[in-house]
Amino acid sequence: MITASQVVKRYPGGFEAIRGASFEIAEGEIALIGGHSGAGKTTLLKLLGAMERPTSGSLIVCGQNVAALRSGVLPFLRRNLGFVFQDQKLLFDRSALDNILLPLEIIGLSPKEAQRRARAALDKVGLLSREKAYPIALSGGEQQRLAIARAVVNRPSILLADEPTANLDEESARQVLDLFLAFNQAKVTVVIATHAPQIISGRSLKRLTLSHGALLP
Amino acid sequence: MYTWFQQHLRAFSRALKRLLASPLNTLLSMLVIGIAITLPAAGYAIIDNVQALGKGHSGAQQISIFMELDASSAAVAEVRRRLKTRTPGQWRFVPRDEAFERLKNTEGMAEIISSLPRNPLPDAFILEPEDKSPDALEALRAETSSWPGIAHTQLDSAWIKRFDAFLQLGRQAVHLLALVFAVGLIAVTFNTIRLQVFAQAEEIEVARLIGATDAFIRRPFYYFGLLQGVLGGVAAVFLLFFGLTAIRPAVTQLTALYGSGFVLHPPGIADCLALIAAGGALGWVGAQLSVSLALRQQKATQR
Repeated sequence: MITASQVVKRYPGGFEAIRGASFEIAEGEIALIGGHSGAGKTTLLKLLGAMERPTSGSLIVCGQNVAALRSGVLPFLRRNLGFVFQDQKLLFDRSALDNILLPLEIIGLSPKEAQRRARAALDKVGLLSREKAYPIALSGGEQQRLAIARAVVNRPSILLADEPTANLDEESARQVLDLFLAFNQAKVTVVIATHAPQIISGRSLKRLTLSHGALLP
Repeated sequence: MYTWFQQHLRAFSRALKRLLASPLNTLLSMLVIGIAITLPAAGYAIIDNVQALGKGHSGAQQISIFMELDASSAAVAEVRRRLKTRTPGQWRFVPRDEAFERLKNTEGMAEIISSLPRNPLPDAFILEPEDKSPDALEALRAETSSWPGIAHTQLDSAWIKRFDAFLQLGRQAVHLLALVFAVGLIAVTFNTIRLQVFAQAEEIEVARLIGATDAFIRRPFYYFGLLQGVLGGVAAVFLLFFGLTAIRPAVTQLTALYGSGFVLHPPGIADCLALIAAGGALGWVGAQLSVSLALRQQKATQR
């Protein structure tokens, strides 16, 4: 599902955020990307989400080499990926339901089918009763769950999450993680970047630990 | 195909919602675009009307031959003979009494004519030669003016030429005006759309991140430009129609004083549709230029 080989990300000015990372994540696996602050977790996640391009090396995601991806193909790769951003990136001028409808509008689903799927996604994250609420009226945990619903509504094959439990209380964090585990059971590959890799324990996980841009063995 | 249609329908309805969400801005833009279209369109309408007025008069290339006031009937007969033998084409004789009667019946002239002690008009011949080339006409005019008993000859097409030249100048001025206002209209749409793109930068960024194509992002802005232009075109049609209707009685009254039955006509349905289509097309072009530039800038800053 994901194969990285000697991936390097160097920013203008020469700073190397990722230094020669090589790893594989199989279909249906859960992978935790850990490491200290500034280790390169978010950069690696952005590379996996094709929001950044590797400077060198090869990164294959869903059969596409992100390093050599044509701009015309990029949107279609992203439709296969669900992304939960650290800052959620919810649209505050749209209701919860309308936020979830956006990815479905993008793929051109009929309004009826889109509404049905969006409500099902909201139901899955426990927010169906808040479908008309605007994000500003939702708690931090609810906003995070809404962001997850938007990420999975398109039934992606890979779910990428950047610090999904940061700023959440213990109960909300538990609910969010349970959702990831539930999606993983439905064969969705889940990749979570977190500075607290102990958030999920007692399961067979792939753990990738970064230190100053390099993967620790 | 269904998906494509759905996405266009959604983009159109989103554009319409954006227009309705800020009615004052929409109204002002509509007025600005409407006025920008109205000014050259009014020029076209007036030139069109004046052209129609010109067409009502004979555009034939004529030579008028005026006999001397005291020309004898023998002199008239001689001219008649020469015309018969030497000039291919049509001609007719206008006796001085007939010309005097016609002048008397002309609006506003009766009083002046009746105050004259005698008929001041000469006998005349009106020629419509077969060869209407300017050189042939001028040669014929010069030849006839040297005939005995001829006081004056005149190429009657001269005023038509002047009139056409005037119309040509007017048309060019209107074209130039239309070009200037078209650029202005594109600039207005460009700016409106640019502000919209910046206001929706967050939504655009999110849409891109979750798989929106450039076409998906651009579409609502294109429809917005198109709708704004179409509404401007509709405003222009109303402004033009009411403007021409308002000045119509005054124009009719003025031309009646010169003995003309000229009536200023408002634009027809085809002209109105053309104005609306022009507004829509220019709005679309403005939106296209604006979105391309703004999205390119946005991509560059997000990179």
